[in-house]
Amino acid sequence: MNNLLTLPVMIPLGFSLLALLWPRRATPVGILALLATLLASAWLTWRVSGNGPMLLALGGWEPGLGIALYADALSSTLLLMSSVVALAAGIYSTGYFRAPGDRARFWPLWLLMMTALHALFLSGDLFNLYVTLELLGLSAVALAALGGKRKAVEAALRYLILGLLGSLLFLAGVTLTYAGYGTLDLMKLRDLLAPEPVAWIALALMISGLLLKTALFPLHFWLPPAHANAPAPVSAVLSALVVKAAFYLLLRFWLEIFEDVVTAFAAWLLGILGAMAVLWGSWRALRAVRLKLLAAYSTVAQLGYLFLFFPLLAALPAGAARDTALGALILMALTHAFAKSALFLATGVIQQKAGHDRIEDLGGAARALPVTVFTLALAGVALIGLPPSGAFLAKWQLFSAAIATGQWLWVPVIATGSLLAAAYVFRILGYAFAPAEGVTYRIADGREELPALILAILATLLLGFGSVQLWEFVTPGALAAGEAP
Amino acid sequence: MSFNSWLPLLIVMSSLVPGLVIFLLREESHALRTLLNLFGAIIKLLLVGLLIWGVYHAEVIETRWTLAPGLDLVLHADALSVLFVTLSTLLWLLTTIYAIGYLENAPHRSRFFGFFSLCVTATVGLALAGNLFTFVIFYEMLTLATYPLVAHKGSPEALRGARIYLAYTLSGGILLLIGTIWLRNIAGPLDFAQGGILGSIEGLDPVVLGIIFLLLITGLGVKAALFPLHGWLPQAMVAPAPVSALLHAVAVVKAGAFGIVRVVYDVYGIEFAASLGLLTPLAVAAGFTIVYGSLRALSQDHLKKRLAWSTVSQVSYIALGAAILGPLATIGGVVHLVHQGLMKITLFFAAGNYAETLGIHKVSEMNGVGRRMPGTTLAFTIGALGMIGLPPVAGFISKWYLGLGAVEAGIAAWILPVLIASSLLNAAYFLPILYRAWFLRADDSLALAGHRERTVTPPALLWPPLITASLALAAGLFAAAPYSPLEWAQLIAEREYRQ
Repeated sequence: MNNLLTLPVMIPLGFSLLALLWPRRATPVGILALLATLLASAWLTWRVSGNGPMLLALGGWEPGLGIALYADALSSTLLLMSSVVALAAGIYSTGYFRAPGDRARFWPLWLLMMTALHALFLSGDLFNLYVTLELLGLSAVALAALGGKRKAVEAALRYLILGLLGSLLFLAGVTLTYAGYGTLDLMKLRDLLAPEPVAWIALALMISGLLLKTALFPLHFWLPPAHANAPAPVSAVLSALVVKAAFYLLLRFWLEIFEDVVTAFAAWLLGILGAMAVLWGSWRALRAVRLKLLAAYSTVAQLGYLFLFFPLLAALPAGAARDTALGALILMALTHAFAKSALFLATGVIQQKAGHDRIEDLGGAARALPVTVFTLALAGVALIGLPPSGAFLAKWQLFSAAIATGQWLWVPVIATGSLLAAAYVFRILGYAFAPAEGVTYRIADGREELPALILAILATLLLGFGSVQLWEFVTPGALAAGEAP
Repeated sequence: MSFNSWLPLLIVMSSLVPGLVIFLLREESHALRTLLNLFGAIIKLLLVGLLIWGVYHAEVIETRWTLAPGLDLVLHADALSVLFVTLSTLLWLLTTIYAIGYLENAPHRSRFFGFFSLCVTATVGLALAGNLFTFVIFYEMLTLATYPLVAHKGSPEALRGARIYLAYTLSGGILLLIGTIWLRNIAGPLDFAQGGILGSIEGLDPVVLGIIFLLLITGLGVKAALFPLHGWLPQAMVAPAPVSALLHAVAVVKAGAFGIVRVVYDVYGIEFAASLGLLTPLAVAAGFTIVYGSLRALSQDHLKKRLAWSTVSQVSYIALGAAILGPLATIGGVVHLVHQGLMKITLFFAAGNYAETLGIHKVSEMNGVGRRMPGTTLAFTIGALGMIGLPPVAGFISKWYLGLGAVEAGIAAWILPVLIASSLLNAAYFLPILYRAWFLRADDSLALAGHRERTVTPPALLWPPLITASLALAAGLFAAAPYSPLEWAQLIAEREYRQ
């Protein structure tokens, strides 16, 4: 039964080859692959929620020698998230890429990226993580360069170099760990690691590599040009999923593998950088001229919120309060993934219909593209963190944890970040609702507008009203031991 | 699941669902949109009838839904929420009728009525909120739903007003949020309870409670337009008349005042709040706002602006009632929640009629309008007299009880002068309007077409102000009758002080 674990990886890989060999039918092959991957991920998540974590040693080799796949609540949740976003963005791409040549180039890479992403979520040892991280980076760069415009290629090249630098740092950390402890298996490392120089240096190297890839301030500089110049469906996935993959590794290393090695000071450092990211990213988003650049800077800010959780998790004693904060962290990441991909897809619709995405010339958009503007508004609600979005509940817990641990510093940061987010979201809406002719009437078809709308609804209504299951799932015991309702 | 655990949800849904459907309608489907609007409003009214019956018979009516560990979305009906729900539902029905007439041929009607319904949904939701968490959710949703209404005209002026509105309310919302979370952290789930919940919890630091009180009241005071947080309200009057009517009478301003009442009575508990010394600063702020708003109203020539400043002043009566310890003041404050709503909506309806049928926006243009629009002017007169506090209009009852409450609490020395000054100022800015309207002849130089003849006001515009004016009159005349707002306020006061 545990062979199920291979499906979310093997399906996109197999179909990727098929799309490569059969370019004329690349689109149906791709959509079919994404649907099948979604089903497999959903099934896997359902199994994990019923029976607990699953482990599979491929080919019967013992972990440490062969490839080990491992799925728990966190990884299966992210797997499901990435399958949903990839499917929505994939459906949107059929309207975005009209030329058969573009489609034939897009689909194999897209599915390859899904393969890398899912393999990363499911990998149980450090070397495989390095391989998947590298594969993910390369396929993402190739996708970002798909537009073929000079700016996109330049940004992609920079993205490539920094991505490689990040991977190299990570690899150095992996090598050092192997030299020090003689194993790469995460489960074993967890027991072996002790707070000593080898572990510290290895952790520092891996974390710096991952921070570069997850674009934490001040290492964020490569992100806005790369995300803002890529084709819209690619930007959506870069912002929603690819940076999250690096963050996922960081979180896992921090909380599980290197749990005994990390220090409170390091957690504070991450928190401070996160706070700077929130403020700086939101501010730059507010000043952005183009919608896509705004969305990209907003990603920098939203990633910052995720890092604010580190000093809080370090200060909270194990128990219900810490579990709740951890659930909030994951909810924040999920909400951002759905909301940001919705924002990028909606931006893509506007860019294609209007021929530009300059914010000040959005006048008339509300009349010409009401569904898309509604999507922008819904996604905006989630990015600000207003009810009924999942981010509201997550921010509530973030505030709550900051107050409970006495880390008051974060309270004004979150408040200011939220107000700045409100300012940049309503700046878009203000222009979009203004009666002008910047965006004139065009017929948009459903496959372009609906995927974004569905993602935005997931971010707001589903995660807002239905996330208690998520909490129960990712933090077992949180509710049983929690406060009385 | 019994019907009682669905009823509050159904009441919220009865405007949410039509609102969402209306967004999808095409601009031309006028009849269907009207049908949906009225259908939702009438269903809501019927459901509220059931709610009143249930609360009167002390049934437990509650919808509960867990959103996150320890955070429940609770919709709960008690006497206070019923008062506010009834007011909003009734006035929503009338305002909808009015808005259908008002926006006869205006563009973007689907968008307008969609957000209009969302606005009422949020108001009803926060009226029924059973804990502070739920209240905050609907409080923020109200901000989001009203922003497009204020910006509706799309003119630079409207967009500017809407931006200011948003800046104020979102900042206030964050303070309210922080205060609520902090209080939640130290005092557990904040389910509203008559008599308050904090008084019975041991070991709370009074200083922290004071800071939290300040955060909460500041957050709520933005919407309630408490000085110095009132800056957005006169700017937001650029909205279309039905929106202003709803904003000033039921939705936004009232939401803030209602929140203050909730926090003082059902979270802190009035006796506990008084023992912490939190009421006097609130009373001073409210008293100052009452006089200041009236003073500013005096100098406005623009009719809607004058009414807006009058709202700043009048809504603070509710906060004042909440800030005076004693059941009589409670009655005065709570009943003013209803009375001010009825009177102010009448005034805004009438102002909209003047603007719509005669093109009159300024007080100085109002000479002789009484003869030309007698029905509207009659309604306006009743509303204005009520604001001044003349018997038998409802406003008198509120002031009477507030005054008695001040005497009972022993702070009559400065409250009574405030009330008297406010009445005099109200008279000073309303009576000249009435004098112009009824006794002066229309100004020839204005050269409006047919400016002396009687003008026919469409029934959809005429009847809502007449009905609300009669309700304001009836609430004063039959204040002692069963189910009157006063009797209901007495019921609330009785339950708040029973412990």
